[in-house]
Order: sequence, then structure tokens, then C-alpha cells
Amino acid sequence: MNRFILNAIIIFVFLFSASCGPTSSSQVGASNSSANYIENKGSDTIVNLALAWAEKYQAEHPEVRISVTGGGSGTGIASLINKTVDIANASRQIKEEEVAEAKSNGVEPVEHIIARDAIAVIVNPENPVSQLTLKQISDIYSGKISNWSEVGGEDRPIVRLSRETNSGTHVYFLETVLRLGNKDDKTLFSMDTLLLPSSEGIVAEVRQNPNALGYDGLGYVPKDLKMIAIAKEAGGAYVLPSIATVNDKSYPIARDLYMYTNGEPTGIVKTYLDWIVSSEAQQIVADLGFVPVSPDSSS
Amino acid sequence: MEKSLNWHEFVITRLIKASGYSAILFVALIFFFLVREGLPTFAETSLSSLLSIRWYPIEDHFGILPLLTGSLIVTIGAALVAVPFGIGTAVYISEIAPRWMREILKPLVELLGGLPSVVLGFLGILLLSPFIRVFLDLPTGLTAFTGSLLLGGIAVPTVVSVAEDALDAVPRAYREGAWALGATQWQTIWRVTFPAARSGVLTAVMLGVGRAIGETMTVMMVTGNAPVLATKLGSLFSPVRTMTATIAAEMGEVANGSTHYHVLFFIGMVLFLISLGVNIAASSVVFRTKKRAERILS
Repeated sequence: MNRFILNAIIIFVFLFSASCGPTSSSQVGASNSSANYIENKGSDTIVNLALAWAEKYQAEHPEVRISVTGGGSGTGIASLINKTVDIANASRQIKEEEVAEAKSNGVEPVEHIIARDAIAVIVNPENPVSQLTLKQISDIYSGKISNWSEVGGEDRPIVRLSRETNSGTHVYFLETVLRLGNKDDKTLFSMDTLLLPSSEGIVAEVRQNPNALGYDGLGYVPKDLKMIAIAKEAGGAYVLPSIATVNDKSYPIARDLYMYTNGEPTGIVKTYLDWIVSSEAQQIVADLGFVPVSPDSSS
Repeated sequence: MEKSLNWHEFVITRLIKASGYSAILFVALIFFFLVREGLPTFAETSLSSLLSIRWYPIEDHFGILPLLTGSLIVTIGAALVAVPFGIGTAVYISEIAPRWMREILKPLVELLGGLPSVVLGFLGILLLSPFIRVFLDLPTGLTAFTGSLLLGGIAVPTVVSVAEDALDAVPRAYREGAWALGATQWQTIWRVTFPAARSGVLTAVMLGVGRAIGETMTVMMVTGNAPVLATKLGSLFSPVRTMTATIAAEMGEVANGSTHYHVLFFIGMVLFLISLGVNIAASSVVFRTKKRAERILS
């Protein structure tokens, strides 16, 4: 009887440690990259774009298979570090810690700018407020302003909506809007900011709640929601987000979108990335509501 | 012939024993894993940081109090919904409903229990939360209360199913005895059947509460996930962030081995200890009532 329990424990411990081991997954990735197969993972902001690219490219090059998954910028970069993907999508630049972790794992992340994105600040169409300064948005999200009447609206409480902290959009919004690009600023989101797990959650809440203020990638804002025109500083011109205003840099909340590869890309990954910055692929970028990169700015 | 039968029996009994022991083993292993990944928390952050009221892990604010109170308030709300509804339904199905009604109701309730919680979350976002915002005139419908209602709905089938079995197991002679003494149907239920099934009903409540506290997807979708410390009753009508939603939302992105990672496991450990506490409390009550019953009978 005792020997039986002992055996059972040994078996379970063995199963347990095998499933936890970090070695099993990295080997899968290594064998993938050698075939005509590209594994592409990361930012949820980019996932639709990456899917559209993959579809078009596979239609033209049937010998190549591309698998695209979302999960967030951090997930994508973590997978690149674990060598389970060939291309990681990120809506933010890779962090220093991540580069260090990658290097210790023998991975050399190389950055490619593949499109631009603007973050639109959105409200319910019933809300009369149509323009805000960056400072006002910052004060709203940090909790200094909590009523729409303080920014020229009706006497209603402001319900602040944000993406979860693991979203690249969240971090970008924190740095660019809440802290107004100031690195030493330690302002945080007001504690009662609702952290919603998806873009869809924010859109659904803004659509039905006239108190809500949210933000989302320009490509994901449905036509029935109202976008806010934003001025860099008080007295400046209020600018609505659009492809034109992002490209001439007059819209203040816009960013580059990235793909990361392990080392300079070679073989099919290189051909794919070269195709992505071609005018044909960048047309898809514009179709999806993102902003195409001009050919000279791509690396 | 006889030898092979013995051999079969030997294997079968061992297999059954093994599956019995495996439950203990799995729980022990899970707890061991949680402790191994969660305990480094204390080395990496201070206790005062853990007990602060700010949860913002990407900037190293690891106050778990808002998450703890968030989970508690949603669970208490869910219990307030699920317990009366669940026990009421169980009493109706087991004691009052005619046979044909009972045969329709029971499978329906069990079907409700099989609904994926993410589907309920969808209903919550699209129907319940706008309704609650307008009906109660709140700033937003994504509140602890919305979560409680849906979680209550999720826990009801568990409570009904277990409580109904317990009521059903009360010997028919008890009821007949009560009727023979001239008790009404209500008196029979309240004074005889229900007390006799008390330990089973209590188990039902505890299982329901356990289901509610561990539920993740629905609360993540409808409670708004704002890590605000819930201190007063009014917090039920404002957004909260639960422990389960925090783990689910953040585990996918966290760097393996970081402080944030360890704190998430520490939260898992706290959750584990809470449900362990609930279970121990429940079984000790059941155990005590059983002992008293034995003393009276002997």
C-alpha cells in the first residue's frame, strides 16, 4: 500500500515537472521557422491588420503559411523571447528589461515600424462635449476633474474607461496623455478608472453610457461613437484624429506600430516584412483605419 | 478462474483507491505550487505595500486590499441572491411542486447551471448593466451589484441541485409523522423537513458560495475592474475589481518570475485559503450537528 502511494506520487511529480519545464515549448518554435511557416503573435491592436496582411500574402504566395494570434504586446514579445514565434507584434517599443531578458535567452530583437496608429478619445454621441485639451484629458483620468460640467458639458459624473494594464494602449496612453510625455511624472490613473479587458468592452460601455469617456485605437472606433478633437495645449488648435492629421503630426496622440524579429530577418520572414512596407500592403493599413508609414521612414 | 477474479478485484480496488487519494494529492500539489510561487512575494515587497490600497502592478503598487474587499463584496452580494432563491426553488421542487412540474423544473435548473459564464457575461454587458445604470440612476452599470446578480444566477443551480437532493433524502416517515400530528404543509417544511436536511442545505450554500468566489469570466466582464477599496455598503453600487479577475486579466502578460508574477500567485494562495476556510467552517458545522444528533439517538 505504501509503495503504491509512493509510486503514484512519483508519477504525478514527474508529470507535473514535465509540464512546467521551460524547454518543451522553445523547441517547437525552432523547428517552425525552418519550414515555410511564419508564426506571428502579439498586440491586439495590430491583430486585425496582421490577419489581413497574412490573408492577402498567402493568397499571392500559397507556399507560405502564416499563423496570426493576438494576446497583447507583452505576450508577443514574451513569445519572441521564448523563441515560440518568428514575428512579435507590438504597439509599443520593446522595454529595456525585455531586451535584457531576450539577450540572456540568446534572442536579438530587431525592430520594424510597420504602420502608425492614433488613439481616439471617445464619448457617447449624446454628450455635447466635442473638444478637450490634452491637459484636460490628463486631469480627468488622474481624478482632478470628475464632472462633465468642468469641461463644458452637462452636469454628469465622468465615468473613466481604460484598457487593462497589460495592454500596450494603456501604457501608451499613460505615458503620452496622463503624464503628458514627462518621464519623471508619477501621475497614475484615478483609482476608480474602469479597467476593461477588451476594446469591445470600452466600445459597448461608451455606446450605451452618456457619462463615459474612453479611448481606443482609431481603427477600432465604430462610426456611431463620437471622437473628441484634441489640442496639444490650451489655446492651440483642436484636431480630430484622421489619417491626414496623424501623418502631418498635428494630432497629438499617435504612435508607431512595430514588428520584432529575432536578429535581422532572413528567408521568408524577410520577404514578408519587405512586402509589408510595400504600397500594396500599406493600402490595407489605410483600409483598416490605421495610418500607413511613408516608405522612407521604414527600416 | 478464481485467481483471475482476484487479480481483477485487486486492480480495480487499487484503481479506486488511487483515484480517491489522487484528490488529496492534487490539492496538496496545487497548494505546494501556489506557496512556492507566491511566498517570494514577502521577500520582494514589504507587507505595508501589500496592505496598501493602491493596485497598479505595472508601477509596483501591489496593494491587495481593494481586490480582497472587491471579491468579498461581490461574493456576499451573490450569496444574498443565490441563497434565498436557491433554497426557495429547492423547497418548491422537492416539497410543493406536482410531479410533472418537478420533472420539467429540475432539468431546466441543471441546464442553467451548464450555461458558460462568458455567455452570462455578454448578457450582463449588453442588457443587465445598461438597465441597472438607468434603473438605479448610477454613473455606470458596471458595478459590484451587476456582478453579484449574475454570480447569484450562476450559483443558484448549484444550490438548488444540492439542497434539493438533501431535502429529497429526508425519509418520508418524517413528513408523514408531522402530518399525522396535524401540521400544515408549511409547518412540516419549516419545522421537520428543513431541519432534518440542514447539513445538506448548508453544504449547498457553501458550494454555491465557493462557485461564486471562484467565478472569473463574468465578473471580469461586468464589474468594471476598478481597484477601489470597498468599505461601505454603497460600494456595492460602484465598480470593484475581484481577485479572480485580476489574476485572469494580468497573468497572460506578466514576466515569469517578476514581483508582479509572485504577487499574482500570492493572490491565488489567498483565494485558496479563503475557500479552504469556507469549507472547513461548513464541515465543522455539519460535523457538530451530526454528533449532536447521534448523542440524542443513543
